[in-house]
Order: sequence, then structure tokens, then C-alpha cells
Amino acid sequence: MSVGLVAFALVLGFAAGVLAGSFGVGGGILFVPTLVVLGLSQLDAEATSLLAILPTVLAGTWRQRSYGNVDWRAAALLGVASIAGAVAGVQVATSLSEDLLRRLFALLLLAVAAQLAWRCRRPSPYPSGP
Amino acid sequence: MTPKLVLIGLVAGLFSTIFGVGGGIVLVPLLILLAGFDSRPATATSLAAIGITALAGTILYAFEGHVDVAHAALVGLPAAAGAVAGTSLQQRVSSRALTLAFAFLLLLVAVWMLAG
Repeated sequence: MSVGLVAFALVLGFAAGVLAGSFGVGGGILFVPTLVVLGLSQLDAEATSLLAILPTVLAGTWRQRSYGNVDWRAAALLGVASIAGAVAGVQVATSLSEDLLRRLFALLLLAVAAQLAWRCRRPSPYPSGP
Repeated sequence: MTPKLVLIGLVAGLFSTIFGVGGGIVLVPLLILLAGFDSRPATATSLAAIGITALAGTILYAFEGHVDVAHAALVGLPAAAGAVAGTSLQQRVSSRALTLAFAFLLLLVAVWMLAG
């Protein structure tokens, strides 16, 4: 990998973290396209993005914990239930073509962009940050 | 409350591994709209849940040989630093300007992915 690409990855990684810290979402949504630019397939980029999310989540949860905002019982229930969903999602993702997976991801980006723009239009029902 | 949380968790997990994202995009709104959470606890709680979801997804994909650890570290470690910086930046930059800039960035990336 060239020095340029490594620098690109570091800058985009940092930016993804800033956005995740600011919006409560947004790490994975930038990791996936960044990893595709670095040469990974769409599926490998998505799988790798999930591992890349972990350090950000750990840092973020640790900070939130000190503010006392985390409902641990709800988080545990959500997390355990999500494992079943994750198993099904892996089956879906591995059965789709690279091209379709990429197009679906682009649609997700458009949906999130629209949701963010909507937040700016009127008083927000969601927080703009943690 | 419990059945709702289980349902929300299932949807978030499905979303997470299909798209390679944490699932906060669906978790936060669903916790607010369906489970009656206030916005700050919803964001904080979703973050903790995403830790479990992303770990499960990573393990499932690793069994199939799709996880590239070196690449994950290359973007994931600077992101952890960025997340800490982001929380303080939040207080200085107009969140409206930041939100619109982020939306525009995502739009550009989407167009690039659809074109490529």
C-alpha cells in the first residue's frame, strides 16, 4: 500500500471517529467506502468495518458511562437480540452479489444523508450528539 | 418493554451485518419512537449495544475469512481518537453546519458508489 493511501486511511478514519463522536452514528458508514478505496471488496469492507467500529464504540461508551446515560439492562437485551439478527444478516450479505451489495449501501448513504438534512429543517427529535 | 427491545435488537443486528455498520442509524430512532427513550440515553445505550452487535458480526464474518485485521486497525484506531476529539468539537462548531456538511459528504460518497 502506498504512503498516500495510508495517509488517506488515517485521515478518513479520524474523520469517521469525529463524526461518530458528534452524531452518535457514522463510524461504519465512512469506514466501508474508505476500505473499498483501499482495495477491499464490498463484502470484505463491510466485515472489516465491524471490527474497526469496536475501538470507537469502546471509547465512546467509556465517555458516556461517566455521564450516567447508559441503560445497561436495555443495552444487554438489545445486544443479545442483535446477535440473532446479525447471523441472518451475514447469510443475506454473503448471498448477494458484490454489485447489489454496493448499490444497497449507496442507498443507505442517501437515506442517512436525507435524515441528517431533515434534522436541520426543524427542531430535532434526536440529539445532535452524545 | 422487553419484547420491544428484543425486536429493535433483531432489526439492528440484521442491519449491522448487511451493511457493515454499527446499527446506531436504526437503534437511536427506534429507541426514541418505540421504546420511549429520551434522546441522550438512547444515544448512549445504543452505543453500548453496538459494541455487542459489532463484536458478534466480526466473529461471524471472521469465520468466513472476510475480516482484514490490518485494514481494520488502519481506520479503526485513528477513529477512536477522532471520536474523543469529536465530542469536544461538538461544543464549538454549530451543529447545524456540521450536520449539513456531513449530509453533503454522504451524498457525494453515495453518488461515487453508484457510479463506480
